[in-house]
Amino acid sequence: MNWKIWSLKKSPWVFHVNTGACNNCDIEVVNCLTPKFDVERFGVTLVGSPRHADALLVTGVVTAQAAPRLIQAYQQAPKPCVVFSIGACACGTGIFHKGYHVVGPVDKIIREIDPNAIIAYVPGCPPKPEAMISGIVKTLNAL
Amino acid sequence: MEVIRHLFWLLVFPGFLFTVILGLYACWIVRKVTALIHHRIGPPVLQPLYDVLKLLGKETLIPEAANKTVFISAPVVGFASVLLLSILLWAVDFSPANENGMFLGDVIVAIYLMVIPSLALILGSSASGSPHAAIGTAREIKLVTSYELVLVMAFIVVLIKAMTFHGISDAQNDIQLLSLSAITQYQHTPIMSISGFLAFLAALLCVQAKLGFTPFDIPEAETEIAGGVLIEYSGALLALWKMMQAIMLVALPLFLVVLFMGGIGTSFGSIALGTGKYVLVLVLLILIKNTNPRMRIDQAVKFFWFYCGPVMAIAIVLAMLGKFYGKWWL
Repeated sequence: MNWKIWSLKKSPWVFHVNTGACNNCDIEVVNCLTPKFDVERFGVTLVGSPRHADALLVTGVVTAQAAPRLIQAYQQAPKPCVVFSIGACACGTGIFHKGYHVVGPVDKIIREIDPNAIIAYVPGCPPKPEAMISGIVKTLNAL
Repeated sequence: MEVIRHLFWLLVFPGFLFTVILGLYACWIVRKVTALIHHRIGPPVLQPLYDVLKLLGKETLIPEAANKTVFISAPVVGFASVLLLSILLWAVDFSPANENGMFLGDVIVAIYLMVIPSLALILGSSASGSPHAAIGTAREIKLVTSYELVLVMAFIVVLIKAMTFHGISDAQNDIQLLSLSAITQYQHTPIMSISGFLAFLAALLCVQAKLGFTPFDIPEAETEIAGGVLIEYSGALLALWKMMQAIMLVALPLFLVVLFMGGIGTSFGSIALGTGKYVLVLVLLILIKNTNPRMRIDQAVKFFWFYCGPVMAIAIVLAMLGKFYGKWWL
């Protein structure tokens, strides 16, 4: 196995992007870092800048305002970089489907600028922390 | 042969390789103890190594607005200077009697080498052309100007103490004590005296600020300026910064141990004792880090100038009195 991918699997640093979520998924993302789940056991750390990130945790339908910011954050992240669509809204716009302000879902926006982007989906409203951890494990194993 | 021996000393033991491995291990101790305080399990032992490896393998992005030369050279300069500092400290520790390794005034060289990482951080972040980094830079400059004076005053207390222990008073011999090897050679423990203890506390807080630990992590405040000084760094350059911070995690507590607690030494028993001293200082730093909220920058400046400064002035007066009357405990 390539040592770059191997070390990436050992320490995925995540950056959290909110593109118009109701804050429910965000709370569950933060929940993963709490003592009960403690994802730092697997080297997952929440970082403050997309430049340090290996994975973008995107929550929310992508609103017209948020889309350029999402693109910017994705372009600023050094590759290889995995995009996680967290929650029903990010996976397929959920109950906001065909809303006047919705330009998403996340994969559509990301694929527009990078057709080969690695995108993982964690559905749920909100997804449980267990579901997110399982999603991260499955994605990293598929790399 | 001499060249190979020196290269080995610089690059393998106790230079680059040894210090980096020790630093990454110290990083792990910091994260693990933090996790234990949070009632978490924490990362595995090799986690800092994985982080650095991963960063080395990632793409290195240089922002369009950045000054490319300064942006790339700043972490290299910072890394080189802390490496030199750690080699100086190891040389003092492992061979204090070695005449050719030591020179008069290496305390002053060490003080300068300890400032260079902060200066490199200031240069690198101001070259990155990001507004968040600019705020971080301004805060770092203010922080450096606030703690540096207190740190130097703490060193002055140690030097006066070394003269007291040595029991000589004429100026010609006093000047000989302006080197780390002279301080460690007699295994002084200034921390056992009143002024030395005050100086140790102040120096500990200065080291806290130098390492960028809470409550003095104002320049990189992740929740308000998103990583501040390091915000634009990625890939191999970020790995270099991380390794620099790892080495600082070895060098700065070691410096405190050398100055205040009589150094580490070379015999088996003293190495065990010295490791204990180092871990004690490190755990003290971690405990302060985890039990305090982040200060505002003006609070930090006030803290160092108006609280630590006068206390250090009192400590210097006490140490001078102790030297004059020959009382080691003052």
